[in-house]
Amino acid sequence: MSHQNNQAEMIKEISGVNPYKCMKCGKCTATCPAFDEMDIKPHQFVSYVQSGNVQALAESKSLWKCLSCFACVERCPRDVQPGRIIDAARQIVVRQRGGNYLTADEIPALLDEELPQQLLVSAYRRYKR
Amino acid sequence: MSINNEFRPKIVAFCCNWCSYAGADLAGSSRLAYPADVKIIRVPCSCRVNPMFILRAFEKGADGVILCGCHPGDCHYSTGNYYARRRMTLLFSMLDYMGVENGRTRVEWVSAAEGVKFSTTMNEFVEKIRSLGENVRLGDLRCKN
Amino acid sequence: MQRIGVFVCHCGSNIAATVDVKKVVEMVLLEPGVVHAEDYQYMCSEAGQAKIGAAIADKKLTGIVVCSCSPRMHEATFRKCAERYGLNPYMVEIANIREHCSWIHKDMQEATEKAVILARAAIAKVNLNAPLQAGESRVTKRALVIGGGIAGIQTALDIADAGYEVDIVEKTPSIGGRMSQLDKTFPTLDCSACILTPKMVDAAGHPNINIYTYSEVEKVSGFVGDFTVDIRKKARSVDATKCTGCGVCQEKCPSKKTPSEFNRGLGNRSAIYTPFAQAIPNVPVIDREACLKFKTGKCGVCEKVCQAGAIDYAQQDEIITEKYGAIVVATGFDTIKLDQYDEYAYNQSKDVITSLELERIMNAAGPTKGHLERLSDGKAPKEIVFVQCVGSRCSDDRGKPYCSKICCMYTAKHAMLIRDKYPDVNVTVFYIDVRTPGKNFDEFYRRAVEEYGVNYIKGQVGKVAPQPDGSLLVQASDLLDNKQIKMKADMVVLATAIEPNQGVRNIATMLTASIDTNNFLTEAHPKLRPVESPTAGVFLSGVCQGPKDIPETVAQAGAAAVKVIGLLAKDKLTTNPCTAKPDELLCNGCGNCAKVCPYGAITYEVRQVNDHGIREDRRLANVNSALCQGCGACTVTCPSGAMDLQGFSNRQLIAEVDAICR
Repeated sequence: MSHQNNQAEMIKEISGVNPYKCMKCGKCTATCPAFDEMDIKPHQFVSYVQSGNVQALAESKSLWKCLSCFACVERCPRDVQPGRIIDAARQIVVRQRGGNYLTADEIPALLDEELPQQLLVSAYRRYKR
Repeated sequence: MSINNEFRPKIVAFCCNWCSYAGADLAGSSRLAYPADVKIIRVPCSCRVNPMFILRAFEKGADGVILCGCHPGDCHYSTGNYYARRRMTLLFSMLDYMGVENGRTRVEWVSAAEGVKFSTTMNEFVEKIRSLGENVRLGDLRCKN
Repeated sequence: MQRIGVFVCHCGSNIAATVDVKKVVEMVLLEPGVVHAEDYQYMCSEAGQAKIGAAIADKKLTGIVVCSCSPRMHEATFRKCAERYGLNPYMVEIANIREHCSWIHKDMQEATEKAVILARAAIAKVNLNAPLQAGESRVTKRALVIGGGIAGIQTALDIADAGYEVDIVEKTPSIGGRMSQLDKTFPTLDCSACILTPKMVDAAGHPNINIYTYSEVEKVSGFVGDFTVDIRKKARSVDATKCTGCGVCQEKCPSKKTPSEFNRGLGNRSAIYTPFAQAIPNVPVIDREACLKFKTGKCGVCEKVCQAGAIDYAQQDEIITEKYGAIVVATGFDTIKLDQYDEYAYNQSKDVITSLELERIMNAAGPTKGHLERLSDGKAPKEIVFVQCVGSRCSDDRGKPYCSKICCMYTAKHAMLIRDKYPDVNVTVFYIDVRTPGKNFDEFYRRAVEEYGVNYIKGQVGKVAPQPDGSLLVQASDLLDNKQIKMKADMVVLATAIEPNQGVRNIATMLTASIDTNNFLTEAHPKLRPVESPTAGVFLSGVCQGPKDIPETVAQAGAAAVKVIGLLAKDKLTTNPCTAKPDELLCNGCGNCAKVCPYGAITYEVRQVNDHGIREDRRLANVNSALCQGCGACTVTCPSGAMDLQGFSNRQLIAEVDAICR
């Protein structure tokens, strides 16, 4: 459980998101273009972090189905930004698997068909300078 | 002066009766904590604060002085805070020249509805004074123990 | 030397739980001048005040310090108490150990130390207090109401019925406000016009009410009991004394392409117009921006057709200066702009409308004559989606952080009315929470669901996309079903957040009334003085103070009126005696103090003074204490230190500084 809480804290730290600002309006889910592909829905990302159930989130299909389009981030009326939460969860999983930040010139060598495209999109979005 | 020998600054806050004092009251009734180092003096308007009072505070050992008034344009007496702003701009630059760093003096506009702003301002200010440490300039040596 | 009594209040546990009150009593007894100190559960109670009285008599007290809540709360209480027991009320000072101490600190030792220091500062001040006598000022027995909506009308009627004269200043050409734009009202479904119009007529016909429409407040000076206000009566271009209100000019006017403000831009009006048929006064105005005569010099049709000869193109704005004893702000609200909400396609599709626009569509006098139809093609909609909380409860910068309060109810009303009149139309409401506190409110909402078959779905709309076939694709969430819904709608109605009317900030500045970050006017106390502004003589009525529905607005309007009547019923007001006072021996007549005085309270006169035996004529500053409001600007400006503020004197404030820094 404490491991779970640590992970929840880590998600809050990486994403800079306060899940308690959520008023459970569901606009994120209403907005999401990848909704049908997801097992855990965008509005649930927030409540999963709230309740510390990060493992379920990390094992979800949604983690890799999120397009990082950030429509939910744009439209969230409470500035909770579920897209950043899922981004952070993905980050944690990637780190657990031993990966970490890449530099741009490392990418071509590592690029393979299995690598989810959205991870690249997300990485560029997060770390573009 | 302190619990556990930790540096506890003496901070004087002048608050105008109409906006900032009410803002401080709101911070209180909303239970928005800020350090006990801040002691508030009520004045009718920020323009009532004579630079002399601020010099006196430093002379008597204050480590920081903050002046809070209504937002520009919202002064209960129409123009008082404009006078305060000009006077303090001059005073603070002179104090800085005399060695009382700019961080030890501050003017902030806090309305009666801004309890949160009052509390965060005071927290920031106390933090700043703590980082600057004890004020060593202008103090009347006779006041020291 | 003063004989000071210190009274430390527990405030139940509010203070005593964090501040060791016994310790405070013990410590203050060591202070110079203190001859008595005690603590009590509730100092403000009758028993507490009796303790103060007993101590004044027994210990021959000359000054009092009460360590309690904020002086903004009970300073007046304790001053009255002192007066009752024979002590000058201005010999009382408050040490605020609740709001500024016990409520914000947790550590008892720390809070107690601070409470002692705050008490010391107050004691140091009282040691230098001098008895002050409050002066008197006159009361102009006339009130000004800014805004002619239901709030303003009701306030004016109530004041006028009590026998006082009232002026209403309304920005638009007619009184009536937002309520005149509504079709029906919740939760009884009365027709809005049917209940409002009689009140408008009453106001117009009341011998004590004078209405300035198409007018704005331009300048306010003075203070409670004696305000002087400049009102700009904008040029109507129509002589109201001659106009018969026949309406021929509006029919014949060739310029008919101006969007009607009253119909929220959904229909057009002529350049010479009354906003709506029941307008009061029933005198049109010429919109000079749209009028051909003013734009090109050629036209003059209205002048030709007017039998009464009322058209006056040469009319000029007029400034009326009037004196008032009290001012009521009733400036009302508007809906927020939706430019930043692209996802709802409000600017892309005519069939996405706000709820206020729907009111006009549903109204028999509206742009569609009351027929529910799509504004794009005039077709009858079959599927209507309502979206709640559009711009309300938003912490981002697009919307407003507060709940607009009225939307849940008017949406239920709209849904119910549509289902009632057009049973074949499907109505879906997307909500976050349905908030229905109020008499018969929840019952009303339940009727919409249970009897009228309105489909309420918990979730939000994320996107509205206009389709090539003219329909709207609504993408929303259904949180209870954990689904994303994609549905076609013919019309989308947005429950748009409300905000205080434009210009209220300007009015607040003129009145020096405080206003919050959302542009709502601040009340003197959120619970106990909800219709008064902290600025004496300024009162609040309606949505300018915070979101509210019609019954609440009417109730608050009445409450504001009572406060005004209470003020106007007095012949004299006691003035604040904390005014500036020059020391004639120090004054050198330089003239700086008069320059900074915002009230023109300082004049100069040549007077003979006796300066230590030398008699000579000197030019000296003279403060009119009836005009001085006690800001203290002059005291700091005075180069010779001659000017001081009674009650907040230099010596008193320095004593406080010293006590805190000791």
